[in-house]
Amino acid sequence: MSRYVLKRLLLMVPLLVGITIVCFVVIHLAPGSPTDLQTDLNPRVSAEAKARLQSMYDLDKPIYTQYLLWVGRLATLDLGQSFSTDHRPVIDKISERIPITIIINVLSMILIILIAIPLGVLSAVRQNSLFDKVTAVIVFIGFAVPTFWLALLLMILFGVDLGWLPISGIRSLNYEYLPPVAAIVDLLKHLILPVLLSAFGGLAGLSRYMRANMLEVIRQDYITTARAKGLSERVVIYKHALRNALLPVITILGLSIPGLIGGSVIFETIFAIPGMGQLFYMSVMSRDYPVVMGILFIGAVLTLIGNLVADISYALADPRIRVS
Amino acid sequence: MKTDFWYRFFRNKMAVAGGGVVILLFVVSLFSPWISPYDPNAINLSEVLAQPSPDHPLGTDQLGRDVLSRIIWGAGISLKVGFVATGFSLFIGVILGALAGYYGRWVDAVIMRFVDIMLCFPSFFLILAVIAILEPSIWNIMIVIGLTGWMGITRLVRADFISLRERDFVQAARAVGAGDLRIIFRHILPNAMASVLVAATLGVAGAILTESALSFLGIGVQPPTPSWGNILTAGKNNIDIAWWLSLYPGLAILITVLGYNLLGEGIRDSLDPRLK
Repeated sequence: MSRYVLKRLLLMVPLLVGITIVCFVVIHLAPGSPTDLQTDLNPRVSAEAKARLQSMYDLDKPIYTQYLLWVGRLATLDLGQSFSTDHRPVIDKISERIPITIIINVLSMILIILIAIPLGVLSAVRQNSLFDKVTAVIVFIGFAVPTFWLALLLMILFGVDLGWLPISGIRSLNYEYLPPVAAIVDLLKHLILPVLLSAFGGLAGLSRYMRANMLEVIRQDYITTARAKGLSERVVIYKHALRNALLPVITILGLSIPGLIGGSVIFETIFAIPGMGQLFYMSVMSRDYPVVMGILFIGAVLTLIGNLVADISYALADPRIRVS
Repeated sequence: MKTDFWYRFFRNKMAVAGGGVVILLFVVSLFSPWISPYDPNAINLSEVLAQPSPDHPLGTDQLGRDVLSRIIWGAGISLKVGFVATGFSLFIGVILGALAGYYGRWVDAVIMRFVDIMLCFPSFFLILAVIAILEPSIWNIMIVIGLTGWMGITRLVRADFISLRERDFVQAARAVGAGDLRIIFRHILPNAMASVLVAATLGVAGAILTESALSFLGIGVQPPTPSWGNILTAGKNNIDIAWWLSLYPGLAILITVLGYNLLGEGIRDSLDPRLK
């Protein structure tokens, strides 16, 4: 097992290098240099900021030196300073906002697993039943719904018309004066819609995948054997088949991480949640390049780590992976 | 073979419905100047945020512009973005996938590692970062959506090329002295077009969704040019008074994306019924 983990870790190195190169290319996308044209045309970037950008990226040096120096600073987690008036280090700005984004994404991941897996399994077990057909239609619509639009509709319904849920922020104004239990309820009320909506996108995909997987497994010989042994249908489906159908889901969950992280920009902006996505959006709008680049890099690294965790858990769950 | 395809396609009601939606969208975009009841940019400050009524079936926005007319003109915008962006993705994806699948070895290794790297980036982050540098405009949006959406197509085309490259007809072409380029583009690629066509149809739907999300955030198609996403921005800003600004543009996106998805799945099932 430790050999497998080591191998996976080594495979990460070229990917990490690739990620830094892509980020570096994006910085240099601006015509001329990142400070030239865009900043001249863009009154939001001051001359002082321009000078800082110039020194930060060592733009007077040859391009490969620029890259190496930049990667050297990345390695020490020095992502530079924000252009905004507070001039704070980018890494501080990001790290204070990452927890809430991760909490929301983990909660929606749990929700996806809790809903999509039973949905997929039941559709497969009752293939072509009314239940299966209705879920298929819902899933198909789920693929096509713009989730930010769904967010608006739910905000109108639950926030404006019914007044049940707050529609922005993660805390009420009187949060500090609430007793502990009420404070937690308050937080949960703020999180319900964002978590539900960010889970929504993944639901359709995973339940479809789970259904296909289950159908595939049910056709295998060992399931026929289990039935032939005289085991009850319950044991056959929920013990023998489900276990095998569940394995690949780990990989799919790993693959869904970039989508979840990317979606946080939309949901955090709509619901005014002070997370990494909202910071990214605000930095894009104010052309705060160091923060934009920092989040782009960290978003990719988080995805890489997520995939690594998924691969290792898969290897833990399925011995066949470790050996081959 | 061809008649089989159409026979199967027309028996699939959902696919036909999807195709119908797509054709309808083309018609609406082509004829929007004649169909739309008002000028989409005509400001009328005496009718700001008017409820849906016989005069304005879908209401008016915060500047008194007719929402129905803006949605009709928005159809053309999203169609343009969807097709051009997917065109870019196809161009990159087909070429890289063909090279990786045909040559194998280090060419394959390099291209597929590049695919892996690109897949590490949450694509929405990458798009936003590039737009932050290049300034939002409809052309930049199309290019950036295209540049971040080619990886799936590359994988598909590569898989097809790997399974086709040792086939007899390829060996025969090689035996009569056809060069690599000729074999790739004249002999193998036509046989890989089926999955590319399906991926492209689904890709248009994805690009339209991404464009609407970008425009909603104010980083996509810029007002006053009407787009479904930027009408929804007005919907959010007037969320407590004007539900129609939020409801209708989203329905337009939903129906459009559903249409392309149904069409794409329909084409897939009709091309190869075994896959169903």
